[in-house]
Amino acid sequence: MESAERRMDEIMGRLLRAGVILSAVFVLAGGGVYLARHAEPVTDYRVFQGEPEELRTISGIFHEALAFRGRGLIQLGLLILIATPIARVAFSVVAFLYQRDWTYVVVTLIVLGLLVYSLSGA
Amino acid sequence: MGALLAGFLGALTGLGGGVIIVPLLTLVFHVDIHYAIGAALVSVIATSSGAAAAYVREGYSNVRVGMFLEIATTIGALVGAALVIHLHVSVISIIFGVVLLYSAYASMTGHTDSGGNAGPDRIATRLRMDSTYPTASGLQNYHVRGVPQGFGLMFVAGVLSGLLGIGSGAVKVLAMDKAMKLPFKVSTTTSNFMIGVTAAAGAGVYLRRGYIDPGLAMPVMLGVLAGSLLGARLLAAARVKVLRLVFSGVIAVLAVEMIYNGLK
Repeated sequence: MESAERRMDEIMGRLLRAGVILSAVFVLAGGGVYLARHAEPVTDYRVFQGEPEELRTISGIFHEALAFRGRGLIQLGLLILIATPIARVAFSVVAFLYQRDWTYVVVTLIVLGLLVYSLSGA
Repeated sequence: MGALLAGFLGALTGLGGGVIIVPLLTLVFHVDIHYAIGAALVSVIATSSGAAAAYVREGYSNVRVGMFLEIATTIGALVGAALVIHLHVSVISIIFGVVLLYSAYASMTGHTDSGGNAGPDRIATRLRMDSTYPTASGLQNYHVRGVPQGFGLMFVAGVLSGLLGIGSGAVKVLAMDKAMKLPFKVSTTTSNFMIGVTAAAGAGVYLRRGYIDPGLAMPVMLGVLAGSLLGARLLAAARVKVLRLVFSGVIAVLAVEMIYNGLK
């Protein structure tokens, strides 16, 4: 039991690290493409405009990234980063299921539900 | 970029980068606070996930306590992120300033271990939160107390995180250290473990609303990540006491600036 829990911790640690590295790779690649195409950064961040639709939704971001646009690639990297803790929570659901700890299966499912709602809900 | 410095300082002092990124972007680079918060939240996830990967394996963090309290922090983060649209920029700046002042105060006073581990608590026992943590003399048992108070404080921490783009580690540690009587090492590592999830809830809302700009988030995220790696490496050699004092001073100045800007 105790060693199973240790193994879960081990996998969780690796999952988190992999997510951060993968995300950094995409952000770095996207940053390269972005800077190569915009030699002079002209965006004015003093005034808040909000991002265009295609950089706000999951499907839009994938579309932009596949088109190899710098901003799309960066945004995909950021999306992976946001998904990393969510994946960790999802993994915990499985871990608690495995331990037959039903109380915590419910607890983690609530957290997971809230996170999924934040990213895709209303 | 300045983000490198923020990540570096954040990791060095254990306060996280968000607390310094938002004032830096808004006060020095005159970035709109909404973009600044979006970029800060993203960097908070990066540092938290990176650091948590190391901590989880050491066996300090209490996953059950963390998960249970994450219900409060994620709901709080959603509420905070929803509040951002309705609050005026100056109000957000003032709240930020006040929270900064508290963080500066908390990091300066350090901690006095609540020690005196009282007996088991009914709710905590039912939720099987009591656990052990490694010490020099082997595994040490501890009991968890004050679950409702901790839960309430965590909700506040979540709101602040979603509203201001910070990890609100100071409030989280307060909840676990003072209200729930967790050993200090357990509080800080569990707090770090939770920050990523809380920030992810806020960041999801910000992303959908178009507050996260790739051109701005890219240097901030990479800078903070590089900075925190560097910081963690240097931490062993550095004189933490002096650093903490300097950093608290910097934060206090930033806090006053933010409040002053908000009142203008």
